[in-house]
Amino acid sequence: MEAFTVMTAVAAPMLRDNIDTDIIIPSREMKTVSKTGLSAGLFAGWRYTAIGGREPNPEFVLNQPAYADTRILLGGSNFGCGSSREHAVWALHEYGIRAVIAPSFSPIFHGNCIRNGIVPVALGADDIAAMAAWVSEAPQEHRVTVDLQRGEVTAGIKRRYPFVLEGEAREMLLEGLDAIDLTLKHRTAIQQFIDQDRQTRPWIYQGA
Amino acid sequence: MPARTLFDKLWEAHVVRDLGGVVALIAIDRIFLHERTGSVALKSLRDSGRTLLDPSRVFCTMDHIVDTLPGRGDSTLMPGGSQFILETREAAREAGIRLFDVRDPLQGIVHVISPELGIVLPGATIVCPDSHTCTQGALGAFAWGIGSTEAEHALATGTLRVARPRTMRVNFEGVLPPGVTAKDMALALISAHGSVGGNGYAVEFAGGAVRELDIEARLTLCNMATEFSAVTGFIAPDEKTFAYLKGRECAPRAALWDQAVRQWRELRSDEGARFDREITLDVSDLAPMVTWGTSPQQAMPITGRVPEAAAAGGSIEAHARALGYMGLEAGQALAELSIGAAFLGSCTNSRLSDLRRAAAILRGRRVASGVRAICVPGSMSVKRQAEAEGLDVIFREAGFEWREAGCSMCFFAGGESFGHRQRVISSTNRNFESRQGPETRTHIASPEVVAASAVMGRITDPRTLIRANGLAGHDLVGHDLVGGRR
Repeated sequence: MEAFTVMTAVAAPMLRDNIDTDIIIPSREMKTVSKTGLSAGLFAGWRYTAIGGREPNPEFVLNQPAYADTRILLGGSNFGCGSSREHAVWALHEYGIRAVIAPSFSPIFHGNCIRNGIVPVALGADDIAAMAAWVSEAPQEHRVTVDLQRGEVTAGIKRRYPFVLEGEAREMLLEGLDAIDLTLKHRTAIQQFIDQDRQTRPWIYQGA
Repeated sequence: MPARTLFDKLWEAHVVRDLGGVVALIAIDRIFLHERTGSVALKSLRDSGRTLLDPSRVFCTMDHIVDTLPGRGDSTLMPGGSQFILETREAAREAGIRLFDVRDPLQGIVHVISPELGIVLPGATIVCPDSHTCTQGALGAFAWGIGSTEAEHALATGTLRVARPRTMRVNFEGVLPPGVTAKDMALALISAHGSVGGNGYAVEFAGGAVRELDIEARLTLCNMATEFSAVTGFIAPDEKTFAYLKGRECAPRAALWDQAVRQWRELRSDEGARFDREITLDVSDLAPMVTWGTSPQQAMPITGRVPEAAAAGGSIEAHARALGYMGLEAGQALAELSIGAAFLGSCTNSRLSDLRRAAAILRGRRVASGVRAICVPGSMSVKRQAEAEGLDVIFREAGFEWREAGCSMCFFAGGESFGHRQRVISSTNRNFESRQGPETRTHIASPEVVAASAVMGRITDPRTLIRANGLAGHDLVGHDLVGGRR
């Protein structure tokens, strides 16, 4: 996984609450058993003029020239709710999105971001609205910086917003760590747990 | 030892190693996969050259993409769906895990068959790359939905790195009135506290009204925890839980069963245990709930009217957008809305008790003309049991399609849908925009509401038909009493 330290990029406002993973990538756009080839389906229901079509809807924010090369999304609360499909995060990443700033995230979507190098930044709705207003004045010039090292989002000189990523998420993203590799270092501890647990709860290992 | 919550006990029993801060390496007892998101996890694991830690504790089903039409096979109405089925079958075979394949007599929706087969057990951890995995917390398990990469992690290591959630207890007190169900309890909670009300929490459902629920109703309640943005929902196991599980195919037997039950009896929050948050709701005056908008929090009693923006909570824009999408105006009575379709199914409400309660309303009645009505049992076992009781005859004679088991039209994947702007009353869990088809207008509710609404052709309080049943006696045709069409 690629590491994330600091990034300054175009940010696109999508401030509605409850943007679910089926909006991020509709189920009909998950056409193969694959983690790639998904970015064309990103926001397909909003991005194109017809279901299954590929003619851009000019009203959709990411289709507007002012938002070319968007790398950051500004979202509403409960971002990524609904289906657990990691395809939503894979599609965002393939499109180029590296950070999503929203008041709250669905827990599964949040976890999927961490595992794929996208920074989920939780900030207050009012702060995000203020940032969105500033960005939309001149999206290409008014770029947003997400500094994971410092734990800070900056939007121009006056707007600085500290944020915290709980647990080991920050370290995983900063160093681009593969969680499976890390965990496999605990192989012995895992086997010891199982050996002991087999005595305490044998049905877990024999019933299935 | 200080008083501990049930969640503390579930958590502490599975800590392999403290990873610092709030994160621990948690042992995973059971992994369930399905052809939509599990296939890619198995494939990616194989491509990485890693192997499964313990295939005997991994299961897979075909539920999301497989057709539910009679005579189904590997080809699907969903374009390209058969690739998911074929690749899942191949990957499951290679991995050496138990697969409930398309023609397996035990096939069904993961969250229906896992409890039904005793794969999920009290005190166990179980994960699945599916958001509704929290359903299985109803048996006293720590069950939660994950992504495919996390599934790969669990398959390879038998563990997950988990940030410990905060604890919440939701106490449902009082006695549930007739015709009001666990689904209504869930919608009442979410409408009162919002779709993010449970964000960051592991939610224990407790209280007298929860103890009174049978296991299938508890599964319905826990199913909706993800719509509350909770990490998981769960219920302390009790005698009902043990009676439900005893003798199930994968449940422990004989001496092992006795040993297990002794431990399971300790799985409850201690007196005086502290929760980070506690909510109490009285269910005594609860009415059947129906959603009017495009989020599960936009729900209200079926006797109500579509709220004005100020009363709805959320922003004015969100309210206007939801009403626009749903084709509604503030002030309209929910019970006057004509429907084009009725759907009974999904991991929320497709178990035998759900079908029985719907059938009790449908018996001797007909679906209103112009309404497409579909019943999809949650598993082939549910379907067989329903058929043994003659429920299929009631559904068919009423005008319902009677399907094979699967997720079916709970969500749209490019295959079957209800159509543009079609208004659907649905026993499912999500009323998101276009969830059941492009621009389809979904109202979620209990199986009772789905059945009653199908008969009347408009959203209908099932208590009127249940009362008519009572007046006429269950075996009489009470249809004319309530003014439906034959």
